[in-house]
Amino acid sequence: MAEPILQLANVNKSFGPIDVLHDINLSVKAGEVLCLLGDNGAGKSTLIKILSGVHQPTSGTILMDGKPIAFANPREASERGISTVHQFGGTFPLMSIGRSFFVGVEPTRKWGPFSFYDRRKANEVAVKAVQEFGITRIEDGDRLVGGLSGGERQSLAIARAVHFGARVLILDEPTAALGVKEAAHVLRIVLEARKRGLAVIFITHQVIHALTVGDHFAVLIRGALAADFRRGEKTREEITDLMAGGEAMAELEAEIEAYQAAHEGRAPGAAELR
Amino acid sequence: MSVSILKTRRGFAGNPTAEMQAVAKAVPAPSAGSSIGHLMRRPEMGSFLGMIAVFAFFAIFGGANFVTAGGVASWLNVASEIGIVALPVGLLMIAGELDISIGSVIPAASMTVAIISGFYGLPIIVGVLAALALGLLVGFINGVLVIRTAVPSLIVTLGSLFAVAGLTLGISIILTGSTGVAIQADPLAKAILGQFVGGMFQVTIFWWLGAAVVVGYLLHFSRYGNWIFALGGDKVSARNAGIPTDRVIILLFMGSGLCAAFVGMSQALLYNSAQVSTGQSFIFNSIISVVIGGVLLTGGFGSVVGIVFGTVTFAIVNQGIFYTGFDANWASLIIGVLLLAAVLMNNTFRKMALTYAPKKK
Repeated sequence: MAEPILQLANVNKSFGPIDVLHDINLSVKAGEVLCLLGDNGAGKSTLIKILSGVHQPTSGTILMDGKPIAFANPREASERGISTVHQFGGTFPLMSIGRSFFVGVEPTRKWGPFSFYDRRKANEVAVKAVQEFGITRIEDGDRLVGGLSGGERQSLAIARAVHFGARVLILDEPTAALGVKEAAHVLRIVLEARKRGLAVIFITHQVIHALTVGDHFAVLIRGALAADFRRGEKTREEITDLMAGGEAMAELEAEIEAYQAAHEGRAPGAAELR
Repeated sequence: MSVSILKTRRGFAGNPTAEMQAVAKAVPAPSAGSSIGHLMRRPEMGSFLGMIAVFAFFAIFGGANFVTAGGVASWLNVASEIGIVALPVGLLMIAGELDISIGSVIPAASMTVAIISGFYGLPIIVGVLAALALGLLVGFINGVLVIRTAVPSLIVTLGSLFAVAGLTLGISIILTGSTGVAIQADPLAKAILGQFVGGMFQVTIFWWLGAAVVVGYLLHFSRYGNWIFALGGDKVSARNAGIPTDRVIILLFMGSGLCAAFVGMSQALLYNSAQVSTGQSFIFNSIISVVIGGVLLTGGFGSVVGIVFGTVTFAIVNQGIFYTGFDANWASLIIGVLLLAAVLMNNTFRKMALTYAPKKK
């Protein structure tokens, strides 16, 4: 089995007195989609922020290619090939597709002592990159990002990350605000990214979307990893129950509380719950 | 259409390269109608139409004098002074920041050059450089305060507006005992910085055009323009994309400080005197010009050509009223209505730009 690209080992995060993440152990390999499921407030965003370098873990280690690593800021993480795409994808709605695609790494051409932003090249590369992901409707790189549909923006952002050499793609609720068709489009792009050998971390609370593309699933509840399983090991109902109430949820809560009572308030790891 | 242009160019070059052919193939040929559509989606479209309308209005009601060289000079002179400040203020606005401290930097720079070179009689170059350095310094302080404190730049520069005004008044009184100082520049300095060309056109008009070219290059043709747009679009994403946002913001504030100082300094040389309170009108006039010019107040959208058109529009209304039979008191009313109309029109054009999608072929 190949070595995981990115791995979290016993990662804890607390903000002052509030513990947000407890003993998280996760790993993701190249060409694999890890779905991170959890209700609102479960600690998903904090986990993403640790992975993308916004926050540093309070304790525990992040391993990349098996070596411990620390990201001082998002820039460092992205230089290592960890790329985060947020819910609304294109964040510069009033910029053209070509310009926003190359923000910070603009192609230029020289003319005497002056260097000029190479609009034609930027547009061409951006349009080509997006079309390779199956969005053939985008053919004009001068169009403003704000004029694209939600799915197209997501696709643009993912295409951008892949183009600039991302190895780990973190997708933060990419399908949350989308219609059914648009979501299907984005899911297809997730699969395309997986096919290209990227490790994809797909954050969602829509179980159907997760089951469609995921190889490996992790459920977060109250900052602890409540379940960690492979594709086919649990049904949709079981996962939904796990995430958002139902008998399984009540049972689990009781279990966690019992555990916390016995362990001075510390939450259990996934292994201890099974 | 673009294909035919490429063909002609190839004809000139003599040997078509494979690369150019590939480009010609890759770029879909827009139909003839779409080039008009393309213009309509430019940020400066609204301000261009406004400028034409305003010019036509005053050309009709202003009588023959408005379209003479003297009439043109009257609004070009006003436009050039506002315009030099409006350009960097527009850049800041596109980057999502405001700078109103220019209202104090202008008289402060006037007084600096007048006190150093007029009152103390030092060489004019010393006064000019000191005035410009003062502008850069105020801009630097503004920029650092904005990025360090995360207080909105409107408030930060409101603070420096008053602080600089107070300093200018206090120091002028201590040094010269007066709020106005005379300065007599030598002919060369006057010819370069503060002269009426042909008896009516201020030399600042040429400085303004030069500044427009430089700022236009920065915003639209260099890669730094992309950074400015990205900053105004979303500061956090821009930083994550690797843009040195802090440095860009500080430099933009220094740019507006420099330009404001330049205007103040050249005014002192032009009118042979400096007063401690001459710049306040520039605050709103420059912001109005920039907004009429199609720059989005909240940042992320705008163009240099638009800012220039907006400045000209504002200046025409400001001066044109004197050529009509109307009472000049109505000028402010016209400017107010014009501003609202321009913003509404710019919103419409921006929406057109956003919703634009090429038609299915």
